[in-house]
Amino acid sequence: MELRHKNLLGIEDLSPEEISLILETASSMKEVSSRDIKKVPTLRGKTVINLFFEPSTRTRTSFEIAGKRLSADVINISSSSSSVVKGETLEDTGKNLQAMNPDLIVVRHPSPGAPHILARTLNASIINAGDGAHEHPTQALLDAYTIQEKKGKLQGLTVTIVGDITHSRVARSNIFLLKKMGAIVRVSGPRTMVPPFIESLGVTYVPELREAIRDTDVIMMLRIQLERQNQSFFPSIREYARCFGLSLPMLEHARKDVVIMHPGPVNRGVELSPEVLNAPYTIILDQVANGVAVRMALMYLLIGR
Amino acid sequence: MGKVMATRKVIMDRDDIDRTLNRIAHELWERNRGAEQFVFIGIRRRGVTIAHRLSKKLREFERVSIPVGALDITLYRDDLSEIASQPVLKKTEIPWPLNGKKVYLCDDVVYTGRTVRAALDSIHDLGRPEAIRLIVLIDRGHRELPIEPNYTGKYIATTKQELIEVMLEEDDGIDQVVLVQGL
Repeated sequence: MELRHKNLLGIEDLSPEEISLILETASSMKEVSSRDIKKVPTLRGKTVINLFFEPSTRTRTSFEIAGKRLSADVINISSSSSSVVKGETLEDTGKNLQAMNPDLIVVRHPSPGAPHILARTLNASIINAGDGAHEHPTQALLDAYTIQEKKGKLQGLTVTIVGDITHSRVARSNIFLLKKMGAIVRVSGPRTMVPPFIESLGVTYVPELREAIRDTDVIMMLRIQLERQNQSFFPSIREYARCFGLSLPMLEHARKDVVIMHPGPVNRGVELSPEVLNAPYTIILDQVANGVAVRMALMYLLIGR
Repeated sequence: MGKVMATRKVIMDRDDIDRTLNRIAHELWERNRGAEQFVFIGIRRRGVTIAHRLSKKLREFERVSIPVGALDITLYRDDLSEIASQPVLKKTEIPWPLNGKKVYLCDDVVYTGRTVRAALDSIHDLGRPEAIRLIVLIDRGHRELPIEPNYTGKYIATTKQELIEVMLEEDDGIDQVVLVQGL
């Protein structure tokens, strides 16, 4: 079994077998991160460029650490300090980077499809690290890995995704992945933040949070983009937190063995109350730890030969 | 691929393999009696099986319990760009420190020596053992690196066109070593 792709642009392009291969490879990579010497020589001489047109701490650092643990040379470019501010187009930036012969470019961009444009014009492999509201495949893969680690499987589990579904690339990639792997997906959130015809993706919309989290194995909270607040998707942050935030009383409606996830960064007290955020069933930091292993797996599978 | 022409000759059967491993276990114990600090590390996948069998034999013969670790050398290979299909990565499971230990590295076949080279590099990154010794069931010659086993089950003279297939009950459902000729 091999990953017969040059790029990872979205979960939509992957088969269930390929997803399983990535998760299995990640579990071997996780062991490398637990060693005293957290480095193997696999990608010696390969060059990885992190090209980020949006702010990021977790994802960029995670890709950087993943590359370094595999002995690749990792270069970071963020839009604020690059020629983009001088007006260079994405395609020209890509071509200039290609001229320096990198093996992999990890791209985050506010416009959906930006990584696809680079993938069409460049020889290097491309990993989509988030393109607008389209996809964030590595997040979905690390979420799946974390669920599998905690629950032992994906098939047949019920996962509830809560929050701004419309603007969330994390939600979209997770829905694709979970459906492919045989999980049952519910979504919840203000009607204004759930796209019409969401059912066409094979998920159920449950407007009331307390109903949505009943008998679910996993709750995935999405970040409310406070910067969108002026667009009036809901009356106030406080009201959102009361209706769609997870607090200890709200969790009374969930199963005892539920696990709670969040792609970060968390708005403390909005999506999750501080008590819930610090509880042992909240596995946000496991997600972060597993992100490195999943990205190492993808680098090995895409450019390891 | 000329499959019609290939002939398969069984060169070791179940009893042969068992007798050989018995001999290696006895020899190893004789040379190491009293040395408490030794461990087996098998190279995935059949090297791990061989390591487990040797450990079991020592438990039966000498009532000692020698730990067994598993090493996946994929991330240390020097031929990832050359081989036809990318190997599926498996876990390395060595849950104890190697510093100061004597490591008995086990594999089914030694051929070019490149697998052993990768294993040595990998172990080197995991700790600093007092010594590393190599145990193989089959030595088929054609070394490309200065690497020699310390304990050899059987030496088989082969040509580079021939193939040695080691099959072990735990992995393949049967114990036998086959020489495939005329590929």
